[in-house]
Amino acid sequence: MSGLGRLEGAFGGVEHVEVAAADGMPCVEVERDDLIALMTLLRDELGFEACTIVTAVDHFPREPRFQVVHQLLSLRHNDRVRVHCRVSEDDARVPSVTGLWPGAAYFEREAYDMFGLRFDGHADLKRLLMPEGYGHHPLRKDFPHQGIEPDRLYKEWDRARRHAAGSQG
Amino acid sequence: MSDSGMQTRLYELERGAVDRDDPLQGELMQLNMGPQHPATHGVLRLKVTLDGETVVAVEPVVGYLHRGKEKTCESLGWRKFFVHTDRLDYVQPVLNNIAYALALEKLAGLELPERAQTIRVLLMELSRIMAHLIYLGTTAIDLGAVTMFFWTFNEREKIYTLLDAWSGHRMNNTYVRVGGVYADLEERHETDMRAFVEQFPARIDEFERMLTRNRIWYDRNRGVAPISGADAIAWGLTGPNLRASGVDFDLRKRQPCSGYEHYDFEVPLGSDGDCYDRYLVRIEEMRQSVRICRQALDRLARSRGAEFLAEDRRYVLPPRADVGRSMEELIFQFKIVTDMALPAGEAYQGVESSKGELGFYVVSDGTSTPVRCHIRAPGLLSIQAIPVLAEGRLFSDMVAIIGSLDFVMGEVDR
Amino acid sequence: MGSLKPVEASATDGGFFATRADALVNWGRKNSLWPMPLGLSCCGIELMAMLGPKFDLARFGAEAARFTPRQCDLLIVAGTLTWKMAEACRTIYDQMPDPKWVIAMGVCSSSGGMYDSYAVVQGVDMLMPVDVYVPGCPPRPDAVIDAIIKLQRKIERERPVKSLLAEPVRDDVWDEGHGGFLRQPNMGVSTHRSGEYVAADEGEEA
Repeated sequence: MSGLGRLEGAFGGVEHVEVAAADGMPCVEVERDDLIALMTLLRDELGFEACTIVTAVDHFPREPRFQVVHQLLSLRHNDRVRVHCRVSEDDARVPSVTGLWPGAAYFEREAYDMFGLRFDGHADLKRLLMPEGYGHHPLRKDFPHQGIEPDRLYKEWDRARRHAAGSQG
Repeated sequence: MSDSGMQTRLYELERGAVDRDDPLQGELMQLNMGPQHPATHGVLRLKVTLDGETVVAVEPVVGYLHRGKEKTCESLGWRKFFVHTDRLDYVQPVLNNIAYALALEKLAGLELPERAQTIRVLLMELSRIMAHLIYLGTTAIDLGAVTMFFWTFNEREKIYTLLDAWSGHRMNNTYVRVGGVYADLEERHETDMRAFVEQFPARIDEFERMLTRNRIWYDRNRGVAPISGADAIAWGLTGPNLRASGVDFDLRKRQPCSGYEHYDFEVPLGSDGDCYDRYLVRIEEMRQSVRICRQALDRLARSRGAEFLAEDRRYVLPPRADVGRSMEELIFQFKIVTDMALPAGEAYQGVESSKGELGFYVVSDGTSTPVRCHIRAPGLLSIQAIPVLAEGRLFSDMVAIIGSLDFVMGEVDR
Repeated sequence: MGSLKPVEASATDGGFFATRADALVNWGRKNSLWPMPLGLSCCGIELMAMLGPKFDLARFGAEAARFTPRQCDLLIVAGTLTWKMAEACRTIYDQMPDPKWVIAMGVCSSSGGMYDSYAVVQGVDMLMPVDVYVPGCPPRPDAVIDAIIKLQRKIERERPVKSLLAEPVRDDVWDEGHGGFLRQPNMGVSTHRSGEYVAADEGEEA
């Protein structure tokens, strides 16, 4: 049974399934509250054993601003599916799928780092790529490409280093 | 464990066992490995908590090479981002180009001529060989087999010479464009390539004679950090790391792109998923890559003179001579170079790279400014699996594990 | 060249014996530059190729590529330096004993390269003084060997013995007038008259 057929058959109350025009991948649009239920269904009943992507797209200035994208892969059926979930900026929280796929942990940390999205249920949600203490979320559309004070943390460290070195004479 | 009559007694530390005579017993030590370290294969930091020689916990810290590539794509535009894709997994530059181009071509709905696809397959397999040579050279030198570094880099130099002649640069070639490849492959290049491919299997045999039944290599890799297929899938591993655990999933077979379905090759599988199996899988993949290269060269010989670029003037530059002669071509040239727009929508293309599934998720709104270009890097998941593989093991296994996972920080951090 | 001006190396400056001692020390130093390969990204692969069999940096005395800065005198920053890595890079530079030299290999470490983004240091000379810049993305190993030869010629112009009597100055002093780091004497070893930049190697010196 083709991937799309299986998906359409299984989704009763969840939002409609459509096929993305460009790459032929079935896409499901879902509300945040139904996300875990849908993911559990996909993994346990429809055989999507692997989670290949968890990321987000910033549609600023359109609201709801963030579109969280999960992409799953079924090895046994050789299928993929994409799940979209829109959240707004004031309430940028999404349930974490690390309970279903532990391999999604780093993806979610990166989405938090880059967009400021919080993943409820993630064991260790902290920055992945930017240094700890970095104050911005770079992939947001209102963040400039060249950054805001990119050397701030280094300057603080350097000041402390010179002070320590200077005090030793 | 006896092997071919060699009498060796092996003493193994039981997992989690503690040496009661050790005066430091129970006292944990924090050791920082990296970000600058010869054996971390790039700027990776590992915060290791040790109980004597046993690794109690390890926490990878990445991001020391985060250059903001995804943001850069949004600023530069689709076409100019090609040079940035080379620098992702920089040991196999052209393969990254191809993965990105395939995602864009999906979005644009472009069909590629057959010769372009064949050249791309040839370049992908050559990149795979280059990347596996780096794996062999660096992992072996980390475990003490210094000669392997020189042998594998010698082979890489031969490939570099080929690529230098074709594309003008040894690495980071950016040889690929939307709709095909930058330039055609001439007959002399094919001859040189064939000469390389014919001599390469003998080199792989040499590598195997050096390592495969080498007592030290075997002891340092066999039984080290096995991972089951189910765990590997749950942790998101792909590529040789997954296939070493026995899971038969290769995107070249299951979701082939660029004409891979026309090539005859096998996909090597391991059984235990330990470092030794990962090594064997990669060695055999190099042999299969040679097989694919031979077939690709035969196809190229048959299709000389055919088109190597699609004809769609919304995305593909016209030939330079025509630009000087025709107004339409000049306008196409100008439009593509300054302002290439892709149709609105989203597309994902996953490609079997040497590290696993390298994917580009591109979102466009119909203008020439990209909305999102997300790079799915297999190396990030390999690093995520380091705690799973290393905890409970001895610290010296850490080097073997890092080497066998074979990640490149350029794509991990982007 | 703006604030750069050529340095006249005077053969008689300091007397005959000091000059010969200078030459001896410089000869020893330039022919045994032990690199500290700070391979950060793609240039790191070309750095490895340079240490490999075809280009073989060992011919120039740079055999001992140690990965601990305490045993090296030449820091080759090969690859893109990010602000997150900057602290580690500066620490490595500080840990190197004097005399030390820095080669910025590739455009990323020379000037930030193709990355004008929020995370990339726009040139390693924002953190430390650099002796030789090697353009290229990545530069061919031949180009880096050329840089090392240029560095050797630069070392030849140093005055280590003469400036044993000179006062050591810290090497991280930012000079607004020059708009960069003053290339300080290496703890009593003077590369040039203190406070002046050395112009790029003209290439045609006899």
